[in-house]
Amino acid sequence: MSENLIVPTMAEMLAQGKQPEVLFWVGCAGSFDDRAKKITKAFVRILNSANVSFAVLGTEESCTGDPAKRAGNEFLFQMQAMMNIEVLNAYEAKKIVTACPHCFNTLKNEYPELGGKYEVIHHTEFLKSLLDDGRLAIEGGQFKGKKITFHDPCYLGRANKIYEAPRDLIEKLDVALVEMKRSKANGLCCGAGGAQMFKDAEKGNKEVNVERTEDALETTPDIIATGCPFCNTMMTDGIKNKEKEGEVKVMDIAELIANAQDL
Amino acid sequence: MSYLDNILFAIILIIAFGYFISNIKKIYRNVNLGIDVDRKDNSKLRWRNMAMIALGQSKMVKRPIAGVLHIIVYAGFVIINIELLEIIIDGLFGTHRIFAPFLGGFYDVLIASFEILALLVIVAVTVFWIRRNVIKLKRFINPDLNGFPKNDANYILYFETILMFLFLFMNASDLHLQNVSGGYSHFVKAGSFPVSQFLAPLFNGVNSDLVALFYELFWWLHIVGILIFMNYLYYSKHLHILLAFPNTYFADLKPLGKFDNLEAVTKEVKMMMDPNADPFAAPAADANEVPAKFGASDIQDLNWVQLLNAYTCTECGRCTSACPANITGKKLSPRKIMMDTRDRMEEVGKNIDANKGVFVPDNKTLLNDYITPEELWACTSCNACVEECPVSISPLSIIMDMRRYLVMEQSAAPGTLNAMMTNVENNGAPWPYNQQDRLNWKNEI
Repeated sequence: MSENLIVPTMAEMLAQGKQPEVLFWVGCAGSFDDRAKKITKAFVRILNSANVSFAVLGTEESCTGDPAKRAGNEFLFQMQAMMNIEVLNAYEAKKIVTACPHCFNTLKNEYPELGGKYEVIHHTEFLKSLLDDGRLAIEGGQFKGKKITFHDPCYLGRANKIYEAPRDLIEKLDVALVEMKRSKANGLCCGAGGAQMFKDAEKGNKEVNVERTEDALETTPDIIATGCPFCNTMMTDGIKNKEKEGEVKVMDIAELIANAQDL
Repeated sequence: MSYLDNILFAIILIIAFGYFISNIKKIYRNVNLGIDVDRKDNSKLRWRNMAMIALGQSKMVKRPIAGVLHIIVYAGFVIINIELLEIIIDGLFGTHRIFAPFLGGFYDVLIASFEILALLVIVAVTVFWIRRNVIKLKRFINPDLNGFPKNDANYILYFETILMFLFLFMNASDLHLQNVSGGYSHFVKAGSFPVSQFLAPLFNGVNSDLVALFYELFWWLHIVGILIFMNYLYYSKHLHILLAFPNTYFADLKPLGKFDNLEAVTKEVKMMMDPNADPFAAPAADANEVPAKFGASDIQDLNWVQLLNAYTCTECGRCTSACPANITGKKLSPRKIMMDTRDRMEEVGKNIDANKGVFVPDNKTLLNDYITPEELWACTSCNACVEECPVSISPLSIIMDMRRYLVMEQSAAPGTLNAMMTNVENNGAPWPYNQQDRLNWKNEI
């Protein structure tokens, strides 16, 4: 059964002489990672149901260069950045939304000096604005009464001080939002940032994602919510490590909202 | 004859300040070994940050117990220094409590508040000592502090306690002499002594001349102790009492997630991507330009704010206690990054002093000799250390600059990261998927 997702590309839009309201930057994880693709689709379902005019770059999108930059490869980062900026500027992109805090941070903070100046927003902020504008209605649905804890992605939270938009959205679901002992500015990293996702951890006595999963499990949640595909992977692995897959789910905020509306 | 004290005091004062200033100059010189970075922008916000974070201690209170105790010691330090002004004037001119006649009743209030603060400082410092030596909080027994740093922290606490006791005993002996019936020498009635009044009875029954001698002793030990402590700052972790102010002023104002884009790289990448550029053309820039080195392997490659950060660090370890790598047993400790940077900077500074103002290569670098790649690669760039620092230090910026050196100058990234970078380069994603498949998710079930 095909889902009938409507996902126009910027190229198709341009061919029709149209400029979308917002460009959805999918990101590498959102394009290729099996778990993250579900987040991408959930977000698209919301966009479709709210009749948001958006488009993706599709095959013209390339890695923002974030993992290369955090690994120390400034050359590779800037080459990626300049190629992407060329594409984005050619389409005269003004507003970009992304479900990946790493893409978000890089596009928002590091592209402007290289010639890429856009209004960049994280999907939780975008969903919040749809909600505020009355274009999106959120009801608890299947999550009503559930206990949810939110893990702050470092590149959304500390890096860009966005703490409230994801929480506001969760609270709309008629759930009990519980905070971990380390949250918001004091939140503990999931262990994926700084290109750690792509390498083995140095010698230590524990994996960072296990430490963070323990923080989350202390709140005895039904769901661990997050807003980053990499945090999602790390927390999901943590839950497996703790053998709690049966009891606790790790979900992106876009998935929570889409599922609550049965989209 | 009676001028001898005053002359001796003036000489001690000149030596103490002279030595102190010569060390401050060394700090200034060493900090300027770093490359330039512009932090002149947005002075309004910078002053505000300094007022909030350094003066207002806004980040200290994130940990309430240490925060409140620290504010007591800090207030004690700042306010009791007003008394220092009187002590210096008295010492230079042979006067006694020179402010008393001018300030009248307010003088009593001042002295009383100094005394209460002195007592509170003793209490706070005692709790600090207990936290370090009895409770042994994890961040205070971390191996970063093995050796001198651990002793240094305790020396500072002992110093502060002794100075406060000297101050209180000085006042107690003064109060005793003020109350000698019929008066004693120049000890006029002045000041209010809510704390030392309980110490004064210790002198009951003691010969007044002997008490006066005690007073002199306490007075001298107190002021000389303060001058020694001032000169100890340069050798200790305690420089933050001065450098926290410039450090919070010059701190990076950008969002924590924004890492700087290396300009030298931008130039090369632009040339590489320009279809009209002649790859064989001789560089047009002036021939004296030193070829840019990418990233940092030693302190001269860091910028001066990073070096100022290193001198400002007071080794409290809040950064390390929040670091996900350190929490999970990895070698990385952001505090150690700052301590190593300072140690290496001091080493380079001494090398320059010993070689008539020129640095003679010593076959050592901050990278490898102090900070190992293993530490650098354990960082998740999560900014927890930067967020935690009560005086706006960024260990992360040093870690990133050193990673850049490892990758761009030495091609020494871990193999898995090289594979990731090859993927980004070849197919525009950190995994080996084809860019043409980027939209496949749309049609997958």
